[in-house]
Amino acid sequence: MDALLSVRDLHTAIGSQQILRGFSLDVAPGETMVLLGRSGGGKSVFLRHLIGLMKPQKGEIFFEGRDIVPLGERALEPVRRKIGMLFQDGALFDSLDVFDNVAFPLRERGLRDEAEIRRKVAESLALVNMSGHDSKMPVNLSGGMRKRVALARAIVSVPQVILYDEPTAGLDPIVSDSINHLIRRLQRQLHVTSIVVTHDMASCFHVADRVALLSNGSRYFLGTPADLRAETDPVVRDFVEGRSRPEDPGAGA
Amino acid sequence: MLVFKGLARAFLIYAGQVALLSFETWGTILKGRVRLRLTLQQIAEIGYGSQLVVIVTGAFTGAVFTAQAYFQFASLNMETAVGPVVTLAMFRELGPTLTGLMVAGRVGAAMSATIGTMKVTQQIDALRALAVNPVDYLVVPRAVAMYLSMPLLVIECVGCGVLAAYLVAVKVMNVEAAYFVANMIKFTDASDIAMSLIKGFFFAGIIVFISCREGLHAKDGAVGVGRATTKSVVVCSLLILISNFFLTMFLNILFPAGQR
Repeated sequence: MDALLSVRDLHTAIGSQQILRGFSLDVAPGETMVLLGRSGGGKSVFLRHLIGLMKPQKGEIFFEGRDIVPLGERALEPVRRKIGMLFQDGALFDSLDVFDNVAFPLRERGLRDEAEIRRKVAESLALVNMSGHDSKMPVNLSGGMRKRVALARAIVSVPQVILYDEPTAGLDPIVSDSINHLIRRLQRQLHVTSIVVTHDMASCFHVADRVALLSNGSRYFLGTPADLRAETDPVVRDFVEGRSRPEDPGAGA
Repeated sequence: MLVFKGLARAFLIYAGQVALLSFETWGTILKGRVRLRLTLQQIAEIGYGSQLVVIVTGAFTGAVFTAQAYFQFASLNMETAVGPVVTLAMFRELGPTLTGLMVAGRVGAAMSATIGTMKVTQQIDALRALAVNPVDYLVVPRAVAMYLSMPLLVIECVGCGVLAAYLVAVKVMNVEAAYFVANMIKFTDASDIAMSLIKGFFFAGIIVFISCREGLHAKDGAVGVGRATTKSVVVCSLLILISNFFLTMFLNILFPAGQR
């Protein structure tokens, strides 16, 4: 099957620090790809490239067969309408209440029927267990609630692809589990393609069709969750089992 | 020499960013893609919210200028010249400049802080990710509101200044009201009002594009937002004062003073 998203030889740096060094990845339509990697390893940076929020030094990103790297801000808008993104800290608009935050993508895409907007927003908020919080301002929500509202905003217009940046970080295990179920449900029912950046191995094994491990700016491992469990490579095993090495900061103290 | 080169380069980059932002904003305005609801919110914020500062600034500047002019002119038995002197000064210089400075401090700072906070908390990235252009969503409504509000605020400031001048001259200094008004009308014409409006319009552009540029380029969290806000007020104020001189020289060719 042709890849919906195809990343080729991506190189990027922030300041003098090289973050990605030739990272490549193909994601098939309807697939849930989990991207693992250490903190500060460039996973979020990678996600930001997929939606054109950052430009690489080198490399290509094909979405539906078209390289999006050379596209300018306005030319990227049709691509971005097909891709939803959940930011690590939610990035809710703090001047809008919960309802207006979730309704934002619908209104911006020209939906004017308020009854339809209310129905879709209520549906999305129910999916993330946030019904009844419509009139709250983001500043009055906990970190986990903000993240769930942001997830409702990302899925309300049912994009073709959803990019999740740490969807379960900071959430309690029960809500995390419901988010994992939601990711699976969006894939099964709406055939949404997902790329999930996470450290949460439980979440990874729950949602992934395939798993990629980013290490030192390039792809270190790619396989199914079963392959990941069976992998004997020490770097992969350390990550899966959460073991530090003597050279890691604070290890062996 | 190296320092000079660095400063020149930084200045050109800054000027280029402000110019590009203004071209993009005007492009969207001319295409008619203006969000009406956001624009009305901004008009309320800029126009209605600036009433107190503009009225107080205009009134007390007019009042104090009248008092000083009266003290000088009284010794020459030219008390009735106070009216046209204060009115011309308010229309041609003080009204636009002081309104510009006050709006830069109140509204420009708020623009930089709001947009800067959105920048450092990834809300601008969220806008972009949702296929909403941040310039169209954040800058265009502010620019339209500022271009509509500033000339009106300038005229309001001038009006308050002239009214205060009348009250101080006639009621406090006992200048003959009929002479005050007659001289004021004789020495003031439409070109003075035009000069005021043109300057107000020009200063609106300075405030909105500098403030929004600072907000959109904010970085380094809360400290960065503070830095952007301070810089926007300083740059706007300096540019208003400097450009006012050149505008006066240029507009005086179009609307020569003393040709009445």
